[in-house]
Amino acid sequence: MDFDYEVLIVGAGGAGLYAALEASRTGKTAVLTKVYPQRSHTGAAQGGIGAALGNVEEDKPEWHAFDTVKGGDYLVDQNAALILADDAVRAVYDLENRGLPFSRTEEGKIDQRRFGGHTRNFGEGPVRRACYAADRTGHMILQTLYQQCIKNEVAFYDEFFVLDIMMDGDTPTGLIVFELATGKVRTFRAKVILFATGGFGRMFKITSNAYSNTGDGPAILARNGIPLMDMEFFQIHPTGIRDMGILITEGVRGEGGILYNSQGEAFMKRYAPTMLDLAPRDMISRAIMTEIFEGRGIKGNRKIDDYVYLDASHLGRKKVEEKIPDIAEFCRTYLDVDPADAPMPVQPTAHYAMGGIPTNIDGQVWTGEKQYMGLYAAGECACVSVHGANRLGTNSLVDLVVFGRRAGQHIAEYVKDAPTGQADSDKAAWWEDRIEKLKSSRGNHPGEIFDSMQETMMGKVGVYRTGSEMEKAVKSLQDLRLAYENVSVHAKAENFNAEVQTVLELGNLLDLALHTAASALNREESRGAHSRDDFPERNDEDWLKHSLSTLKENKVTFRYRAVDVHKWEPKPRVY
Amino acid sequence: MKVELKIFRFNPETDKKSRFDTYKVDAEPTDRVLDSLMHVYRNEDGSLAFRKSCAHGVCGSDAMRINGKERLACKTLIQDVADAEGDTILIEPLRHMTVQKDLMVDQSEFLERFKKVSPFLIPLEEAPEKGEYIQSQIQRDAIDDATKCINCGACYSACPILETNPDFLGPAALVHASRFIYDSRDKGLDTRLEILDQPNGVWACDSHFECTRVCPRGIKITKLINMTKREIKKRKGE
Ligand SMILES: Cc1cc2nc3c(=O)[nH]c(=O)nc-3n(C[C@H](O)[C@H](O)[C@H](O)COP(=O)(O)OP(=O)(O)OC[C@H]3O[C@@H](n4cnc5c(N)ncnc54)[C@H](O)[C@@H]3O)c2cc1C
Ligand code: SF4
Ligand code: FES
Repeated sequence: MDFDYEVLIVGAGGAGLYAALEASRTGKTAVLTKVYPQRSHTGAAQGGIGAALGNVEEDKPEWHAFDTVKGGDYLVDQNAALILADDAVRAVYDLENRGLPFSRTEEGKIDQRRFGGHTRNFGEGPVRRACYAADRTGHMILQTLYQQCIKNEVAFYDEFFVLDIMMDGDTPTGLIVFELATGKVRTFRAKVILFATGGFGRMFKITSNAYSNTGDGPAILARNGIPLMDMEFFQIHPTGIRDMGILITEGVRGEGGILYNSQGEAFMKRYAPTMLDLAPRDMISRAIMTEIFEGRGIKGNRKIDDYVYLDASHLGRKKVEEKIPDIAEFCRTYLDVDPADAPMPVQPTAHYAMGGIPTNIDGQVWTGEKQYMGLYAAGECACVSVHGANRLGTNSLVDLVVFGRRAGQHIAEYVKDAPTGQADSDKAAWWEDRIEKLKSSRGNHPGEIFDSMQETMMGKVGVYRTGSEMEKAVKSLQDLRLAYENVSVHAKAENFNAEVQTVLELGNLLDLALHTAASALNREESRGAHSRDDFPERNDEDWLKHSLSTLKENKVTFRYRAVDVHKWEPKPRVY
Repeated sequence: MKVELKIFRFNPETDKKSRFDTYKVDAEPTDRVLDSLMHVYRNEDGSLAFRKSCAHGVCGSDAMRINGKERLACKTLIQDVADAEGDTILIEPLRHMTVQKDLMVDQSEFLERFKKVSPFLIPLEEAPEKGEYIQSQIQRDAIDDATKCINCGACYSACPILETNPDFLGPAALVHASRFIYDSRDKGLDTRLEILDQPNGVWACDSHFECTRVCPRGIKITKLINMTKREIKKRKGE
């Protein structure tokens, strides 16, 4: 082994850093990250983190939990949602106490604003629950946690790309890692491994996600026989900058921004009469696509590339500069539009992976049938499940800090007398060989496969889905995976050979895209973000269950796990 | 439109000398420079090394020198740096950091300096039992500018002082120092004084304003440094 630790955390976003802070209290801990910690995608989160502090109006964790369950179209595990909402309050105070500069109220408390699907008293009307630091809440969370890691001298391995996990039976023993600077394959030994590798929006053409969001964690575990949960549920955020996908936070609508179609009509009143522009994301994305398909998009071409307007100009320049300064800057930079004067052209953008590595409420990998000791996951790559079929805005940041922290605490206890397994060292040699072959073979360039995957996913497994189109998607993804076997890299260098990494990331994305498309085809109902023309209704009788997908020999098979509905009985979801 | 990217190339492991490679690319005037680099990387030359992640100016990965000025490639549009058909865009790595390969520079020393100023909250008083420290909007505003920093290193590269005095802490570290000095919840200057009140600390800065001119987050860096200087003088009763 090249490196010896007790705990390895893969990923330095909010989830990984929080887990590292906690785990390092008792276990010798290292964080591996393929980008520098401060470049992790948590830094891009904008609008806020939800917690029922009740600083500006009455609010309760129980309302937050209910909103989470209803927002997720009842596919949320209710115990997990209750923990999420309860712990959120404490987590937000903890972050503030550690230095996070939240925006403040007149009295100097943490300020809160509205967000989609956040309601008072079980759906009566909107409530101010999102704590925020202007429109760079994620940036502040990432900075604060990284600063705390510096303070506590956590060990970091930056630009170390994790390739695979080593196991002894069902127990993790270490990691196999590609060191970007040298091109060497390295091995790390540990008793506990936590994956916090973030999302995988890069499988879609239009996305708010970073180049680095390629789903390596879930893909690695899936290849090692661990099923992935609820992969059909991928959130398409309603407001990305047209053509580019750069996110315009829901906070804009929380501050009073309104969506308009080409006829100048504020169309949300027809789709969600109570919550209007603050309805949950899946509903607004569908509303926008319906407007577009019915010819009321701004271009009026009824095509997927059309867009609508999001107007914040009536808020006035002062509020725009104070509450959404970064958004204003994005618009000026990329669109030459000043949101204080003119509306922003927006279209839905692939945003958040609601499915992923199945875990219990302590971050342990748990399929419902089997619990893995020493193996953990947290953050966007994990599925607890608190987002169900549709995640509410601000709940991802809550998920990171609540479950990242809980996982870290659990690890701190577990590692004290965790067993040491036998590491599988053949695997490292296999990977060395694989990388060598990628460089020495003369195969195709991966660019076309990349484009084709992204277009397939956007066009066929997007906001609206139908069986026949998804069948085609599954078929093309299977073909792309076969074509992928003949891909090679052209760059031969040992040091900083990013092409090797890019090609391996594409492999991970292809696996997850197939999981996603096949799971979507398999689920014959409409629920949350999964909306089918051929099965337009939610079907609790047959489908109130989590799906667990396994990919083997280019085919996906399914098992299921029950949903915890002990507190609130599923009801029709209206806003 | 067609433009030429003239890109700095150097691999210290194999090259004796650096060179420039030129690529002709088709680009929309509203494309990002990063889009063009990605196009070259994906379709023409997979060996081209550069960092990128978020693609919209918030992660700080892709700071580089474009037409001689420090910028983020993802926040710079082709039309910002090329006027006419066939124009050449010059792309080079940041300065004052060792080139690892092509446009990638070694950030470790830069990040070490940032760590030197104790860039974390050192609380003035014990955290409240439950709830937040109270901080007024005005107190919060005092740190707003500095909290925007994404550690991209543009200011560090642009700083003329670092040319002659490579031991200067550099603008980014000083921004982070001020981030905490002015936080009403923090002990402020006391613990950081030792490193800041040094010839290579704040006093090395001569207010050239180059950092302020290039900062992609619009932080008024020079102003923050000057405020810190004043604060130190005040503390020492000067
Ligand atoms: C534009 C945008 C705005 C958002 N706004 C909000 C918001 O307002 N509120 C909210 O609640 N949520 C928001 N979200 C969602 C939220 O930001 C993300 O879900 C969350 O930050 C993910 O954090 P994470 O810790 O799971 O992973 P990330 O922050 O994505 O970090 C992943 C880490 O894993 C590492 N990694 C990945 N693969 C490997 C590998 N193979 N080897 C080594 N390291 C690896 C990366 O280097 C990185 O350090 C937003 C998301 C986006 C994209
Ligand atoms: S101060 Fe500005 S230029 Fe300097 S590192 Fe921070 S964001 Fe970059
Ligand atoms: S890629 Fe993140 S700042 Fe440019």
